Amino acid sequence: MTKPREIRLSTTPTPEALADLRLGDVVYLDGLMYTAREGVYMRALEDKANIPMELPRDSAANFHCSPAARINPDGSFEMGAVTATASFRFEKWLPEWMDKSGAKLIVGKGGMNSKTYKEHFVPRGAIYLSTVGYGTGALLGRGVENVEAVHWNEELGLAQAMWVLRCNKMGPFIVASDNQGNCLFERENEKIVANLAKAYEGTKPAVLKRYGETDDRSDEVIG
Amino acid sequence: MIPIDLIQSTAETLMDKAAIEIPQDYLDGLKAAAKVEDGDLSSFVLQAMLENYKAAKEDRRAMCGDTGTPRWYVKMGNETQIEGGPIALETALRRATANATNGVPLRPNRVHPLWRTDHDNNVGIGAPEIEYGYEPGGEWIDLITVHKGGLFGTDYRMLFPSDGIQGIKRFYLDSLVAFGKRGLACQPAIIGIGLGGCKDTCMVLGKRAACLRTVGSKNSDPRIAELEDEFKELGNSIGMGAMGFVGKSMVIDCNIEVGYCHTGGMQMSVHAFCLSSRRAVARVFPDGRVEHRTDPDWFTDYQRRETVDWPPLAEAAE
Repeated sequence: MTKPREIRLSTTPTPEALADLRLGDVVYLDGLMYTAREGVYMRALEDKANIPMELPRDSAANFHCSPAARINPDGSFEMGAVTATASFRFEKWLPEWMDKSGAKLIVGKGGMNSKTYKEHFVPRGAIYLSTVGYGTGALLGRGVENVEAVHWNEELGLAQAMWVLRCNKMGPFIVASDNQGNCLFERENEKIVANLAKAYEGTKPAVLKRYGETDDRSDEVIG
Repeated sequence: MIPIDLIQSTAETLMDKAAIEIPQDYLDGLKAAAKVEDGDLSSFVLQAMLENYKAAKEDRRAMCGDTGTPRWYVKMGNETQIEGGPIALETALRRATANATNGVPLRPNRVHPLWRTDHDNNVGIGAPEIEYGYEPGGEWIDLITVHKGGLFGTDYRMLFPSDGIQGIKRFYLDSLVAFGKRGLACQPAIIGIGLGGCKDTCMVLGKRAACLRTVGSKNSDPRIAELEDEFKELGNSIGMGAMGFVGKSMVIDCNIEVGYCHTGGMQMSVHAFCLSSRRAVARVFPDGRVEHRTDPDWFTDYQRRETVDWPPLAEAAE
Protein backbone atom coordinates (compact mmCIF):
# COMPACT_ATOMS: atom_id res chain seq x y z
CA MET A 1 0.00 0.00 0.00
CA THR A 2 1.18 3.52 -0.74
CA LYS A 3 0.49 6.34 1.66
CA PRO A 4 -1.11 9.46 0.20
CA ARG A 5 1.03 12.59 -0.22
CA GLU A 6 0.57 15.16 2.56
CA ILE A 7 0.46 18.89 1.80
CA ARG A 8 0.02 22.04 3.90
CA LEU A 9 -2.04 24.64 2.12
CA SER A 10 -3.02 28.23 2.85
CA THR A 11 -6.73 29.14 2.88
CA THR A 12 -5.72 31.96 0.51
CA PRO A 13 -3.75 29.69 -1.82
CA THR A 14 -1.68 30.80 -4.81
CA PRO A 15 -2.65 29.52 -8.29
CA GLU A 16 0.64 27.59 -8.30
CA ALA A 17 -0.17 25.81 -5.04
CA LEU A 18 -3.60 24.86 -6.40
CA ALA A 19 -2.15 23.62 -9.68
CA ASP A 20 0.17 21.32 -7.74
CA LEU A 21 -2.69 19.43 -6.07
CA ARG A 22 -3.39 15.87 -7.27
CA LEU A 23 -6.49 13.75 -6.72
CA GLY A 24 -6.13 11.83 -3.48
CA ASP A 25 -3.55 14.17 -1.91
CA VAL A 26 -4.09 14.75 1.79
CA VAL A 27 -4.25 18.44 2.71
CA TYR A 28 -3.90 20.36 5.99
CA LEU A 29 -5.11 23.97 6.01
CA ASP A 30 -3.63 27.12 7.58
CA GLY A 31 -5.38 30.49 7.79
CA LEU A 32 -8.98 31.67 7.99
CA MET A 33 -11.83 29.50 6.75
CA TYR A 34 -15.53 30.35 6.97
CA THR A 35 -18.58 28.10 7.04
CA ALA A 36 -21.30 28.82 4.50
CA ARG A 37 -24.14 26.57 3.37
CA GLU A 38 -27.71 27.11 2.13
CA GLY A 39 -28.59 29.67 4.82
CA VAL A 40 -25.63 31.93 4.02
CA TYR A 41 -26.03 31.45 0.25
CA MET A 42 -29.70 32.39 0.30
CA ARG A 43 -29.08 35.41 2.51
CA ALA A 44 -26.11 36.68 0.51
CA LEU A 45 -27.28 35.81 -3.01
CA GLU A 46 -31.08 35.89 -2.90
CA ASP A 47 -31.68 38.46 -0.14
CA LYS A 48 -28.60 40.45 -1.29
CA ALA A 49 -27.35 40.98 2.27
CA ASN A 50 -23.83 42.39 2.58
CA ILE A 51 -21.31 39.64 3.31
CA PRO A 52 -19.85 40.49 6.74
CA MET A 53 -16.26 39.58 5.73
CA GLU A 54 -13.73 40.93 3.27
CA LEU A 55 -13.61 38.11 0.72
CA PRO A 56 -11.43 36.69 -0.71
CA ARG A 57 -8.80 38.84 1.05
CA ASP A 58 -9.49 37.25 4.46
CA SER A 59 -10.27 33.78 3.19
CA ALA A 60 -10.77 31.92 -0.07
CA ALA A 61 -11.93 28.77 1.70
CA ASN A 62 -15.64 28.00 2.03
CA PHE A 63 -16.47 25.12 4.39
CA HIS A 64 -19.83 23.34 4.00
CA CYS A 65 -20.11 22.82 7.70
CA SER A 66 -22.20 23.27 10.81
CA PRO A 67 -20.01 22.84 13.87
CA ALA A 68 -20.95 21.27 17.19
CA ALA A 69 -20.45 24.54 19.03
CA ARG A 70 -22.04 27.05 21.38
CA ILE A 71 -21.92 30.76 22.01
CA ASN A 72 -21.35 31.49 25.71
CA PRO A 73 -23.34 34.16 27.56
CA ASP A 74 -20.19 36.36 27.61
CA GLY A 75 -20.00 36.19 23.80
CA SER A 76 -17.06 33.77 23.65
CA PHE A 77 -17.30 30.55 21.64
CA GLU A 78 -16.92 26.89 22.50
CA MET A 79 -15.95 24.84 19.45
CA GLY A 80 -16.19 21.06 19.82
CA ALA A 81 -16.28 18.82 16.78
CA VAL A 82 -16.30 20.04 13.19
CA THR A 83 -17.39 18.05 10.16
CA ALA A 84 -18.75 18.78 6.74
CA THR A 85 -22.19 18.32 5.31
CA ALA A 86 -22.94 16.89 1.85
CA SER A 87 -22.06 19.50 -0.77
CA PHE A 88 -24.08 18.38 -3.79
CA ARG A 89 -27.18 20.06 -2.30
CA PHE A 90 -25.54 23.48 -2.58
CA GLU A 91 -24.48 23.22 -6.20
CA LYS A 92 -27.05 25.64 -7.57
CA TRP A 93 -25.65 28.56 -5.56
CA LEU A 94 -21.96 27.82 -6.03
CA PRO A 95 -21.12 29.57 -9.35
CA GLU A 96 -22.60 32.85 -8.17
CA TRP A 97 -21.08 32.41 -4.71
CA MET A 98 -17.62 31.76 -6.14
CA ASP A 99 -17.93 34.87 -8.34
CA LYS A 100 -18.99 36.98 -5.41
CA SER A 101 -16.61 35.58 -2.77
CA GLY A 102 -13.60 34.64 -4.88
CA ALA A 103 -13.53 31.26 -3.11
CA LYS A 104 -10.78 28.96 -4.41
CA LEU A 105 -11.29 26.09 -2.00
CA ILE A 106 -14.71 24.53 -1.59
CA VAL A 107 -14.48 22.20 1.38
CA GLY A 108 -17.23 19.71 2.20
CA LYS A 109 -18.50 16.17 2.11
CA GLY A 110 -18.79 13.99 -0.98
CA GLY A 111 -17.86 16.49 -3.66
CA MET A 112 -19.63 17.41 -6.89
CA ASN A 113 -19.55 15.72 -10.28
CA SER A 114 -16.89 16.31 -12.94
CA LYS A 115 -19.35 18.26 -15.11
CA THR A 116 -19.72 20.84 -12.34
CA TYR A 117 -15.97 20.95 -11.78
CA LYS A 118 -15.28 21.48 -15.48
CA GLU A 119 -18.02 24.08 -15.98
CA HIS A 120 -17.70 26.06 -12.77
CA PHE A 121 -14.57 25.19 -10.80
CA VAL A 122 -11.88 25.04 -13.50
CA PRO A 123 -12.71 28.45 -15.09
CA ARG A 124 -12.55 30.05 -11.63
CA GLY A 125 -9.39 28.21 -10.59
CA ALA A 126 -11.17 26.49 -7.70
CA ILE A 127 -10.55 23.07 -6.15
CA TYR A 128 -12.80 20.81 -4.07
CA LEU A 129 -11.47 19.37 -0.82
CA SER A 130 -13.39 16.59 0.92
CA THR A 131 -13.35 15.90 4.63
CA VAL A 132 -12.29 12.39 5.63
CA GLY A 133 -14.30 9.57 7.17
CA TYR A 134 -16.91 10.72 7.56
CA GLY A 135 -16.08 12.36 9.77
CA THR A 136 -12.99 13.18 11.72
CA GLY A 137 -14.80 15.81 13.76
CA ALA A 138 -12.50 15.73 16.78
CA LEU A 139 -9.32 15.93 14.67
CA LEU A 140 -10.70 18.87 12.68
CA GLY A 141 -11.81 20.52 15.91
CA ARG A 142 -8.22 20.32 17.15
CA GLY A 143 -7.16 22.18 14.03
CA VAL A 144 -9.31 25.18 14.92
CA GLU A 145 -6.95 27.49 16.76
CA ASN A 146 -9.60 30.11 17.38
CA VAL A 147 -13.15 31.07 16.46
CA GLU A 148 -12.65 34.61 15.17
CA ALA A 149 -16.32 35.51 14.71
CA VAL A 150 -19.82 34.16 14.16
CA HIS A 151 -21.88 36.14 11.66
CA TRP A 152 -25.62 35.98 11.04
CA ASN A 153 -26.24 33.75 14.04
CA GLU A 154 -29.38 35.64 15.00
CA GLU A 155 -30.76 35.50 11.48
CA LEU A 156 -29.81 31.92 10.63
CA GLY A 157 -29.26 30.01 13.92
CA LEU A 158 -26.10 28.28 15.14
CA ALA A 159 -26.10 25.55 12.49
CA GLN A 160 -26.48 27.83 9.47
CA ALA A 161 -24.47 30.81 10.76
CA MET A 162 -21.18 31.92 9.21
CA TRP A 163 -18.44 30.72 11.55
CA VAL A 164 -14.98 32.20 10.93
CA LEU A 165 -12.32 29.69 11.97
CA ARG A 166 -8.59 30.24 12.36
CA CYS A 167 -7.05 26.98 11.13
CA ASN A 168 -3.70 25.66 12.23
CA LYS A 169 -2.74 22.53 10.32
CA MET A 170 -6.43 21.71 10.21
CA GLY A 171 -7.11 18.38 8.57
CA PRO A 172 -7.05 15.86 7.11
CA PHE A 173 -8.83 16.80 3.89
CA ILE A 174 -8.58 14.92 0.57
CA VAL A 175 -8.21 16.59 -2.82
CA ALA A 176 -11.35 15.49 -4.70
CA SER A 177 -11.05 17.65 -7.84
CA ASP A 178 -8.05 18.89 -9.82
CA ASN A 179 -7.36 21.80 -12.15
CA GLN A 180 -8.56 19.70 -15.10
CA GLY A 181 -11.94 19.14 -13.43
CA ASN A 182 -11.35 15.44 -12.78
CA CYS A 183 -13.35 13.92 -9.92
CA LEU A 184 -11.76 11.57 -7.38
CA PHE A 185 -15.06 9.88 -6.51
CA GLU A 186 -15.96 9.25 -10.15
CA ARG A 187 -12.50 7.74 -10.69
CA GLU A 188 -13.13 5.35 -7.78
CA ASN A 189 -16.70 4.60 -8.93
CA GLU A 190 -15.42 3.53 -12.34
CA LYS A 191 -13.02 1.05 -10.77
CA ILE A 192 -15.73 -0.34 -8.49
CA VAL A 193 -18.52 -0.66 -11.06
CA ALA A 194 -16.40 -3.05 -13.10
CA ASN A 195 -16.66 -5.64 -10.33
CA LEU A 196 -20.25 -5.07 -9.28
CA ALA A 197 -21.77 -7.73 -11.51
CA LYS A 198 -20.05 -10.38 -9.42
CA ALA A 199 -21.62 -9.20 -6.16
CA TYR A 200 -25.04 -9.02 -7.83
CA GLU A 201 -24.77 -12.47 -9.39
CA GLY A 202 -27.95 -14.51 -8.81
CA THR A 203 -29.96 -11.63 -7.33
CA LYS A 204 -33.13 -10.54 -9.09
CA PRO A 205 -34.95 -7.26 -9.56
CA ALA A 206 -38.03 -6.59 -7.44
CA VAL A 207 -41.37 -7.92 -8.62
CA LEU A 208 -43.03 -4.53 -8.05
CA LYS A 209 -41.28 -1.72 -9.95
CA ARG A 210 -40.98 1.93 -8.95
CA TYR A 211 -41.22 5.02 -11.14
CA GLY A 212 -37.85 6.54 -11.97
CA GLU A 213 -35.93 3.40 -11.10
CA THR A 214 -32.57 2.61 -12.66
CA ASP A 215 -30.72 -0.67 -12.95
CA ASP A 216 -27.60 1.06 -14.25
CA ARG A 217 -25.23 0.88 -11.32
CA SER A 218 -22.75 3.30 -12.84
CA ASP A 219 -25.42 5.92 -12.05
CA GLU A 220 -25.17 8.00 -8.91
CA VAL A 221 -28.00 9.14 -6.65
CA ILE A 222 -26.69 12.72 -6.50
CA GLY A 223 -27.15 15.41 -9.18
CA MET B 1 -39.45 4.65 43.28
CA ILE B 2 -36.68 5.97 41.01
CA PRO B 3 -35.79 9.63 41.76
CA ILE B 4 -36.44 11.89 38.77
CA ASP B 5 -33.33 14.01 39.38
CA LEU B 6 -31.20 10.88 39.08
CA ILE B 7 -32.86 10.06 35.77
CA GLN B 8 -32.11 13.51 34.39
CA SER B 9 -28.49 13.62 35.59
CA THR B 10 -27.87 10.10 34.25
CA ALA B 11 -29.45 11.06 30.93
CA GLU B 12 -27.13 14.07 30.65
CA THR B 13 -24.10 11.85 31.28
CA LEU B 14 -25.36 9.46 28.58
CA MET B 15 -25.72 12.26 26.05
CA ASP B 16 -22.09 13.19 26.68
CA LYS B 17 -20.79 9.61 26.49
CA ALA B 18 -22.73 8.82 23.30
CA ALA B 19 -21.35 11.86 21.49
CA ILE B 20 -17.73 11.38 22.60
CA GLU B 21 -16.97 7.69 23.21
CA ILE B 22 -17.17 5.22 20.34
CA PRO B 23 -18.65 1.97 21.73
CA GLN B 24 -16.02 -0.74 22.24
CA ASP B 25 -17.81 -3.32 20.06
CA TYR B 26 -17.85 -0.95 17.07
CA LEU B 27 -14.24 0.07 17.72
CA ASP B 28 -13.13 -3.57 17.78
CA GLY B 29 -15.08 -4.17 14.55
CA LEU B 30 -13.47 -1.20 12.84
CA LYS B 31 -9.99 -2.23 13.97
CA ALA B 32 -10.57 -5.68 12.47
CA ALA B 33 -11.73 -4.06 9.21
CA ALA B 34 -8.68 -1.75 9.18
CA LYS B 35 -6.41 -4.79 9.50
CA VAL B 36 -7.69 -6.44 6.32
CA GLU B 37 -8.34 -3.27 4.29
CA ASP B 38 -5.83 -2.99 1.44
CA GLY B 39 -7.22 -0.06 -0.58
CA ASP B 40 -4.75 2.87 -0.28
CA LEU B 41 -7.33 5.60 0.27
CA SER B 42 -9.76 3.41 2.24
CA SER B 43 -6.94 2.43 4.61
CA PHE B 44 -5.98 6.05 5.10
CA VAL B 45 -9.59 6.90 6.00
CA LEU B 46 -9.90 4.08 8.54
CA GLN B 47 -6.62 5.06 10.22
CA ALA B 48 -7.78 8.68 10.39
CA MET B 49 -11.03 7.52 12.03
CA LEU B 50 -9.14 5.49 14.65
CA GLU B 51 -7.07 8.58 15.48
CA ASN B 52 -10.25 10.62 15.60
CA TYR B 53 -11.86 8.38 18.24
CA LYS B 54 -8.75 8.80 20.38
CA ALA B 55 -8.72 12.57 19.95
CA ALA B 56 -12.42 12.78 20.88
CA LYS B 57 -11.85 10.91 24.16
CA GLU B 58 -8.67 12.83 25.02
CA ASP B 59 -10.23 16.24 24.39
CA ARG B 60 -13.74 15.24 25.55
CA ARG B 61 -15.16 16.65 22.33
CA ALA B 62 -17.79 15.08 20.08
CA MET B 63 -16.28 12.53 17.67
CA CYS B 64 -18.18 13.97 14.70
CA GLY B 65 -19.37 17.50 14.02
CA ASP B 66 -22.71 16.17 12.88
CA THR B 67 -23.86 14.85 16.21
CA GLY B 68 -26.97 13.28 14.71
CA THR B 69 -30.51 13.46 15.98
CA PRO B 70 -30.57 12.47 19.65
CA ARG B 71 -33.35 10.07 20.62
CA TRP B 72 -34.25 7.89 23.59
CA TYR B 73 -35.19 4.27 23.99
CA VAL B 74 -36.56 3.60 27.44
CA LYS B 75 -37.09 0.16 28.86
CA MET B 76 -38.72 -0.62 32.16
CA GLY B 77 -39.40 -3.64 34.27
CA ASN B 78 -42.98 -4.58 35.04
CA GLU B 79 -42.64 -3.23 38.60
CA THR B 80 -40.82 0.02 37.80
CA GLN B 81 -42.09 3.23 39.38
CA ILE B 82 -40.77 6.66 38.49
CA GLU B 83 -41.06 9.72 40.68
CA GLY B 84 -43.55 12.02 38.96
CA GLY B 85 -44.68 9.35 36.50
CA PRO B 86 -44.27 9.21 32.71
CA ILE B 87 -44.77 12.95 32.18
CA ALA B 88 -41.89 13.76 34.55
CA LEU B 89 -39.77 11.14 32.79
CA GLU B 90 -40.32 12.67 29.35
CA THR B 91 -39.63 16.16 30.71
CA ALA B 92 -36.37 14.93 32.26
CA LEU B 93 -35.24 13.38 28.96
CA ARG B 94 -36.12 16.53 27.01
CA ARG B 95 -34.27 18.68 29.55
CA ALA B 96 -31.22 16.39 29.42
CA THR B 97 -31.21 16.61 25.61
CA ALA B 98 -31.38 20.40 25.65
CA ASN B 99 -28.79 20.80 28.43
CA ALA B 100 -26.30 18.41 26.81
CA THR B 101 -26.69 20.06 23.41
CA ASN B 102 -25.42 23.25 24.97
CA GLY B 103 -23.05 21.52 27.39
CA VAL B 104 -21.02 19.03 25.30
CA PRO B 105 -21.63 20.93 22.90
CA LEU B 106 -23.62 19.05 20.25
CA ARG B 107 -24.74 20.46 16.95
CA PRO B 108 -28.30 21.81 17.26
CA ASN B 109 -29.54 19.74 14.34
CA ARG B 110 -33.27 19.74 14.93
CA VAL B 111 -35.33 22.27 13.02
CA HIS B 112 -38.96 22.61 11.96
CA PRO B 113 -39.34 20.85 8.58
CA LEU B 114 -41.04 23.80 6.88
CA TRP B 115 -40.14 26.93 8.86
CA ARG B 116 -36.62 25.73 9.75
CA THR B 117 -37.09 27.12 13.27
CA ASP B 118 -34.09 26.07 15.39
CA HIS B 119 -34.30 26.20 19.19
CA ASP B 120 -30.55 25.49 19.29
CA ASN B 121 -31.14 22.63 21.72
CA ASN B 122 -32.26 19.59 19.65
CA VAL B 123 -35.73 19.78 21.17
CA GLY B 124 -38.92 20.53 19.25
CA ILE B 125 -42.09 18.94 17.95
CA GLY B 126 -41.57 15.16 18.27
CA ALA B 127 -37.90 15.68 19.13
CA PRO B 128 -36.24 13.88 20.76
CA GLU B 129 -38.17 10.71 19.96
CA ILE B 130 -38.87 8.63 23.05
CA GLU B 131 -39.73 4.97 22.49
CA TYR B 132 -40.64 2.41 25.12
CA GLY B 133 -40.17 -1.24 25.83
CA TYR B 134 -41.02 -3.42 28.84
CA GLU B 135 -39.62 -6.55 30.44
CA PRO B 136 -41.26 -8.99 32.82
CA GLY B 137 -40.08 -8.43 36.41
CA GLY B 138 -37.65 -5.76 37.59
CA GLU B 139 -37.90 -2.29 39.15
CA TRP B 140 -35.16 -0.68 37.06
CA ILE B 141 -35.24 1.66 34.10
CA ASP B 142 -32.85 1.39 31.14
CA LEU B 143 -32.04 4.73 29.53
CA ILE B 144 -30.63 4.28 26.04
CA THR B 145 -29.65 7.23 23.91
CA VAL B 146 -28.85 6.89 20.22
CA HIS B 147 -27.58 9.84 18.17
CA LYS B 148 -27.96 8.40 14.70
CA GLY B 149 -26.51 10.56 11.99
CA GLY B 150 -26.98 10.67 8.31
CA LEU B 151 -29.56 11.70 5.76
CA PHE B 152 -28.41 8.90 3.48
CA GLY B 153 -28.09 5.15 3.65
CA THR B 154 -31.67 4.32 4.54
CA ASP B 155 -34.33 2.94 2.24
CA TYR B 156 -37.61 1.03 2.32
CA ARG B 157 -39.25 -1.23 -0.22
CA MET B 158 -42.35 -3.38 -0.33
CA LEU B 159 -41.16 -6.76 -1.51
CA PHE B 160 -43.29 -9.87 -1.90
CA PRO B 161 -42.82 -13.54 -1.05
CA SER B 162 -42.01 -14.20 -4.72
CA ASP B 163 -39.03 -11.82 -4.47
CA GLY B 164 -37.43 -14.32 -2.11
CA ILE B 165 -33.94 -14.15 -0.62
CA GLN B 166 -32.47 -13.12 -3.99
CA GLY B 167 -34.79 -10.11 -4.08
CA ILE B 168 -33.79 -9.21 -0.53
CA LYS B 169 -30.13 -9.42 -1.52
CA ARG B 170 -30.74 -7.20 -4.54
CA PHE B 171 -32.35 -4.44 -2.48
CA TYR B 172 -29.64 -4.73 0.17
CA LEU B 173 -26.89 -4.36 -2.44
CA ASP B 174 -28.72 -1.51 -4.16
CA SER B 175 -28.93 0.39 -0.85
CA LEU B 176 -25.24 -0.14 -0.09
CA VAL B 177 -24.04 0.76 -3.60
CA ALA B 178 -26.33 3.79 -4.08
CA PHE B 179 -25.48 5.39 -0.74
CA GLY B 180 -21.95 3.99 -0.46
CA LYS B 181 -20.75 6.04 -3.43
CA ARG B 182 -18.83 9.10 -2.20
CA GLY B 183 -19.33 7.68 1.28
CA LEU B 184 -22.75 9.26 1.68
CA ALA B 185 -23.65 6.49 4.15
CA CYS B 186 -20.48 7.24 6.20
CA GLN B 187 -19.51 3.58 5.97
CA PRO B 188 -18.24 1.15 7.12
CA ALA B 189 -21.43 0.93 9.10
CA ILE B 190 -23.56 -1.37 11.19
CA ILE B 191 -26.24 -2.28 8.68
CA GLY B 192 -29.66 -2.95 10.14
CA ILE B 193 -32.30 -4.73 8.10
CA GLY B 194 -35.96 -4.82 9.02
CA LEU B 195 -38.06 -7.54 7.44
CA GLY B 196 -41.84 -7.72 7.73
CA GLY B 197 -44.11 -5.86 10.09
CA CYS B 198 -46.06 -3.06 8.43
CA LYS B 199 -44.37 -0.17 6.61
CA ASP B 200 -43.78 1.82 9.80
CA THR B 201 -42.80 -1.13 11.99
CA CYS B 202 -40.48 -2.41 9.25
CA MET B 203 -38.58 0.88 9.45
CA VAL B 204 -38.56 0.73 13.24
CA LEU B 205 -37.24 -2.85 13.22
CA GLY B 206 -34.43 -2.04 10.79
CA LYS B 207 -33.41 1.07 12.67
CA ARG B 208 -33.37 -0.80 15.96
CA ALA B 209 -31.39 -3.64 14.35
CA ALA B 210 -28.75 -1.06 13.36
CA CYS B 211 -28.74 1.01 16.54
CA LEU B 212 -29.73 -1.30 19.38
CA ARG B 213 -27.68 -4.41 18.57
CA THR B 214 -23.94 -4.59 19.04
CA VAL B 215 -21.27 -5.69 16.57
CA GLY B 216 -20.90 -9.45 16.90
CA SER B 217 -24.42 -10.07 18.21
CA LYS B 218 -26.58 -12.71 16.54
CA ASN B 219 -30.29 -13.03 15.94
CA SER B 220 -31.72 -15.77 18.17
CA ASP B 221 -33.13 -17.57 15.10
CA PRO B 222 -30.12 -19.56 13.80
CA ARG B 223 -31.27 -19.31 10.18
CA ILE B 224 -31.49 -15.52 10.43
CA ALA B 225 -28.10 -15.47 12.16
CA GLU B 226 -26.70 -17.32 9.15
CA LEU B 227 -28.20 -14.73 6.80
CA GLU B 228 -26.60 -11.97 8.88
CA ASP B 229 -23.16 -13.50 8.36
CA GLU B 230 -23.81 -14.06 4.68
CA PHE B 231 -25.00 -10.47 4.19
CA LYS B 232 -22.00 -9.04 6.01
CA GLU B 233 -19.70 -10.96 3.69
CA LEU B 234 -21.74 -9.97 0.62
CA GLY B 235 -21.55 -6.27 1.56
CA ASN B 236 -17.81 -6.48 2.00
CA SER B 237 -17.38 -8.19 -1.38
CA ILE B 238 -18.73 -5.23 -3.38
CA GLY B 239 -15.23 -3.80 -3.72
CA MET B 240 -16.17 -0.53 -2.05
CA GLY B 241 -14.75 0.79 1.19
CA ALA B 242 -14.81 3.95 3.29
CA MET B 243 -15.90 7.12 1.44
CA GLY B 244 -16.76 5.01 -1.60
CA PHE B 245 -13.09 4.43 -2.37
CA VAL B 246 -11.90 1.10 -3.71
CA GLY B 247 -11.74 -1.25 -0.75
CA LYS B 248 -13.39 -4.08 1.15
CA SER B 249 -14.79 -2.51 4.30
CA MET B 250 -18.41 -1.57 3.84
CA VAL B 251 -20.17 -3.46 6.63
CA ILE B 252 -18.88 -3.77 10.19
CA ASP B 253 -21.81 -6.01 10.99
CA CYS B 254 -25.23 -6.81 9.58
CA ASN B 255 -28.15 -7.22 11.97
CA ILE B 256 -31.56 -8.45 10.86
CA GLU B 257 -34.78 -8.15 12.84
CA VAL B 258 -38.15 -9.49 11.76
CA GLY B 259 -41.81 -8.96 12.56
CA TYR B 260 -44.90 -10.79 11.39
CA CYS B 261 -46.31 -9.15 8.25
CA HIS B 262 -49.31 -9.31 5.92
CA THR B 263 -49.49 -12.71 4.28
CA GLY B 264 -49.07 -11.20 0.82
CA GLY B 265 -46.02 -9.04 1.54
CA MET B 266 -42.38 -9.00 2.67
CA GLN B 267 -41.52 -5.43 3.70
CA MET B 268 -37.83 -4.56 3.82
CA SER B 269 -35.88 -1.62 5.21
CA VAL B 270 -32.14 -0.96 5.28
CA HIS B 271 -30.40 1.36 7.76
CA ALA B 272 -26.75 2.33 8.22
CA PHE B 273 -25.39 3.22 11.67
CA CYS B 274 -22.31 5.17 10.63
CA LEU B 275 -18.63 5.54 11.51
CA SER B 276 -19.85 7.46 14.56
CA SER B 277 -22.17 4.78 15.93
CA ARG B 278 -23.26 6.81 18.93
CA ARG B 279 -25.10 4.91 21.63
CA ALA B 280 -24.89 4.85 25.42
CA VAL B 281 -26.89 2.95 28.01
CA ALA B 282 -27.44 3.08 31.76
CA ARG B 283 -29.64 1.07 34.10
CA VAL B 284 -30.98 3.08 37.02
CA PHE B 285 -32.27 1.30 40.13
CA PRO B 286 -34.67 2.56 42.82
CA ASP B 287 -31.83 2.45 45.42
CA GLY B 288 -29.88 5.01 43.40
CA ARG B 289 -27.42 2.64 41.72
CA VAL B 290 -26.49 3.49 38.12
CA GLU B 291 -24.81 0.90 35.89
CA HIS B 292 -23.36 2.15 32.60
CA ARG B 293 -22.91 -0.07 29.55
CA THR B 294 -22.87 0.21 25.74
CA ASP B 295 -25.03 -2.81 24.85
CA PRO B 296 -28.71 -1.79 24.81
CA ASP B 297 -29.69 -5.49 25.11
CA TRP B 298 -33.00 -4.47 23.57
CA PHE B 299 -33.90 -7.62 21.66
CA THR B 300 -34.63 -10.03 24.48
CA ASP B 301 -36.75 -13.16 24.13
CA TYR B 302 -39.64 -11.10 25.45
CA GLN B 303 -39.26 -8.46 22.73
CA ARG B 304 -39.16 -11.16 20.07
CA ARG B 305 -42.02 -13.18 21.57
CA GLU B 306 -44.38 -15.05 19.23
CA THR B 307 -46.92 -16.24 21.78
CA VAL B 308 -50.13 -14.77 23.14
CA ASP B 309 -49.14 -15.17 26.78
CA TRP B 310 -45.88 -14.71 28.64
CA PRO B 311 -44.29 -16.91 29.76
CA PRO B 312 -45.10 -19.08 26.73
CA LEU B 313 -47.58 -21.84 27.50
CA ALA B 314 -45.15 -24.69 26.75
CA GLU B 315 -42.63 -23.35 29.26
CA ALA B 316 -45.28 -22.74 31.88
CA ALA B 317 -46.38 -26.36 31.63
CA GLU B 318 -42.86 -27.68 32.34
